[in-house]
Amino acid sequence: MSTPNLQALTAPREDYAYAFLDPFAKRELRRRTLKAIAIPGYQVPYASRELPIARGWGTGGLQVTLSLVGPESVIKVIDQGADSSVNAANLRRFITRMSGASTTTDALEATIIQSRHRIPEEVLKEGQALVLQVPDPEPLRAVESDSSTAHQMHADADYGQLWLVLYEQLVRYKQYLQGASYPSLVNNRYVISPSPIPRWDTPKLHQAAHLTLLSAGREKRLYAVPPYTDVYPLEFNDVPFQIEDQRGWVDRATQAINKFMNELPQADGSSQYEISDSGYWDKLIALMKGETPTIGATYYDSEGNFYKDGYLKSPVRPE
Amino acid sequence: MATSKAQFAQNKRVTLDPPRLITEPPLLQASGMTKRYGRITAVEEVSLEVYAGEVLGIVGESGSGKSSVLRLLNLEELPDSGTYTLDLPTLVGVNLFTLDRFARREAALHHIGIVYQNPHLGLRMRYTSSGNVAERLLVTGERTFATLRQAARESLNASEFPLDRMDDPPRVLSGGMQQRVQLAKAIALQPRVLLLDEPTTGLDVSVQAAVLDTLKGLQRDRHMAMVIVSHDLGVIRALADRVMVMRGGRVVESGLADQVLDDPQDAYTQQLVHAKL
Repeated sequence: MSTPNLQALTAPREDYAYAFLDPFAKRELRRRTLKAIAIPGYQVPYASRELPIARGWGTGGLQVTLSLVGPESVIKVIDQGADSSVNAANLRRFITRMSGASTTTDALEATIIQSRHRIPEEVLKEGQALVLQVPDPEPLRAVESDSSTAHQMHADADYGQLWLVLYEQLVRYKQYLQGASYPSLVNNRYVISPSPIPRWDTPKLHQAAHLTLLSAGREKRLYAVPPYTDVYPLEFNDVPFQIEDQRGWVDRATQAINKFMNELPQADGSSQYEISDSGYWDKLIALMKGETPTIGATYYDSEGNFYKDGYLKSPVRPE
Repeated sequence: MATSKAQFAQNKRVTLDPPRLITEPPLLQASGMTKRYGRITAVEEVSLEVYAGEVLGIVGESGSGKSSVLRLLNLEELPDSGTYTLDLPTLVGVNLFTLDRFARREAALHHIGIVYQNPHLGLRMRYTSSGNVAERLLVTGERTFATLRQAARESLNASEFPLDRMDDPPRVLSGGMQQRVQLAKAIALQPRVLLLDEPTTGLDVSVQAAVLDTLKGLQRDRHMAMVIVSHDLGVIRALADRVMVMRGGRVVESGLADQVLDDPQDAYTQQLVHAKL
């Protein structure tokens, strides 16, 4: 039996590792991801690697996606609901070039959805992973500038100051003001800043069938909402949390209502509206053209009711 | 029973409790407290006890260790040695200095209130005054907005703060009003121990008198153990039942307020009592 030489034992040389990150980086990310899933809502620090995009453009989400992706994966990349924006297109091209994964704009087909600021309108199912890009993972940042103190506050579940901020908002404005990234309690333990998704999307995290991973590349932290985990936005017992009031907003092309809309200011001062989730909107258009796209159930039905009964309560205005 | 200022004002006939022997043990008991900062010994072998409904005054010049004692009693810092117990059903025989961080925070939150000389230490100047008071309840887990409003209103009312200004932030309030907000915050959870660190220093004489009046009323109504630290003997004379004189981290003299202030035995106390500009 001949002795194999070194060349025969090693893999052929390639310019880049599979999925860009080297195996050690991916292993570290996967271990951190497992830890994040094991402790829902806990911010796990990780060594955020250099990538050929700038910090702040989704490096956190991209690293998690690259650590999960395989040739059989189906990738959807969303930026503010749109599949076609420059940021989303660049990330999608990079991920597929580095991994050989296929892409889709259909939220139901995707196995990994990397998103900036939105969760799709159609209900995600088991086995899907939603990767959210996070600029600021620390919900206590606004009230506690010292991050080591903030760590301690998380350890003590000392969230009184976040409640105080809500109290102040109710006293001054009679409503909760926080628009996006609404602080939410995960698994009755850690408060997270759910990336800057609008309030509309925050309830979608509650008891969701899919896995949500949130990763901040610049801040080097990642955290997770595992499937079927309780997520409750912070709210006083007598003043319930509210989603954006978009009653009367109608999509200009499909006439759909009760989906999260972009407002398009018109030259005459009026506004038109279009559905923010472009993948879902494409399907509605296809349906109008007589095609037969597979349209899944949505989190909010056409009457605006959330798919989990009783989770969202009717508005109360405090005295 | 307790008499409020309002009852006096309405010329109601009030009966005060007759003097009686104190049979219960002291509410607050600290002994042998020593605290060093590097080479400096700030507090040396200080022991004190305060009964419910009693006011202990601590006097001394700047740097005598009186504020350090208060920080220890508020569990903000831990001493190098010493014990500290509160005679409360949940804390019988527990040396508060040996509790873990979490339990210590809970004990301080529920049983001890403090008013600082500098309102910036005790208040969030940009939040509303009612929010500052409500924060104490939020930290203990109160999650009903209406309850928080009501509790803030009651507490501010007890410290004689004008309720039409309850949603103004402390930064737009006068010094006296800021101290009233601090006081309302300190008593929001109805603690059994109230610590006052120079509460009226920096206020003009008339406002000082009004704040002292409020403190006196509260002390009568709520039967708290109060410790007041001041370098102003007038304030001590007005409030305290007993006085402890400190110098260089040690207690040089203690006794009934009248006794110590009118007939000081220690040389330093004599000097202090007679010092006038």
